Amino acid sequence: MGFWNKENQSRSSTTAKERLKFVLVHDRTDLSLEKLDQIKNEILEVISRHIDIDPESVVIDIQHDGREQKLIADIPIKNPRRK
Amino acid sequence: MTGKTITITSGKGGVGKTTVTVNLAVGLGLRGKKVVCIDGDIGLRNMDVILGLENRIVYDIVDVVEGRCRLKQAMIRDKRLPDLFLVPASQTRDKNSITPEAMIRLCEEIKSEFDYVLIDSPAGIEQGFKNAIAPADQIFVVTNPEVSAVRDADRIIGLIEAEEKGPASLIINRINSAMVNRGDMLTQNDVNELLAIDLIGLIPEDENVIISTNKGSPIAFEGKSKAGRAFLNLAARVEGDMIPFNEIEGKDNFLEKVRKLFG
Repeated sequence: MGFWNKENQSRSSTTAKERLKFVLVHDRTDLSLEKLDQIKNEILEVISRHIDIDPESVVIDIQHDGREQKLIADIPIKNPRRK
Repeated sequence: MTGKTITITSGKGGVGKTTVTVNLAVGLGLRGKKVVCIDGDIGLRNMDVILGLENRIVYDIVDVVEGRCRLKQAMIRDKRLPDLFLVPASQTRDKNSITPEAMIRLCEEIKSEFDYVLIDSPAGIEQGFKNAIAPADQIFVVTNPEVSAVRDADRIIGLIEAEEKGPASLIINRINSAMVNRGDMLTQNDVNELLAIDLIGLIPEDENVIISTNKGSPIAFEGKSKAGRAFLNLAARVEGDMIPFNEIEGKDNFLEKVRKLFG
């Protein structure tokens, strides 16, 4: 409870948890980072054919909900043109 | 009587599967239940020494499966609890003689006369693991709050789901509350959140476990020790009692106690 504790704590458990989160997601889906990158590029290619997007702002990631894995894509549309 | 078969497994070795199996068996035995423990680790027999029954073995599980003896002849009665039995693993015979079908037949036979069959699975994801989960009505996955054990537990939980034997329940063994409190050990909530299955047991690290193992007397006989009490709680939860998960002395728990003392 001491107010100095937060600074002094090494908190290696936080590192362990973050590392495990990453490892488990990839173990469960059997997807490597390269594979995920490849998927991302292919999705961008298809979408870019139809709408204008900024590849830099696209986030495609695996998230887990309980023991279920989800591929989440966040793809902002650039300069929506009004006709 | 139709009992229940519970398989205790882990993925990683050395996390305390055998200790958990034996102490759960003792906990259930102390509640008056009829229990048979099966050592599923063929070639690496260990449950006999943990129970202190090593010098009573004549026949083993492979003898039963291959018809060299009757099941009753291979069942060793515990020295302390008259309704607790061990079916030992064989130390030398070929482990390939056991099949999932043989395990199912064996457990069906035991279940007709006993409340619980507890199977101690070998580490790993090989044939021995498959044999151990085949007859299971319920599966407990044992892990330690440590990266490699949690990772392997996750893999095993996935395999159990794939075999349609899930959902498994989680037992976190050897939690060191001092390390948890200074932020150097994954907490029960961390592990539970990562693995995302229901928790059924929480066992604190306790040097009395090693001392009792040295003597061949499971810690669950000492209900006043930290780990002993935790194993009795596990047995109570298996029996359906609602026991709060307060085995680990956290800072919050300590404050709660102080508050209770003064409140």
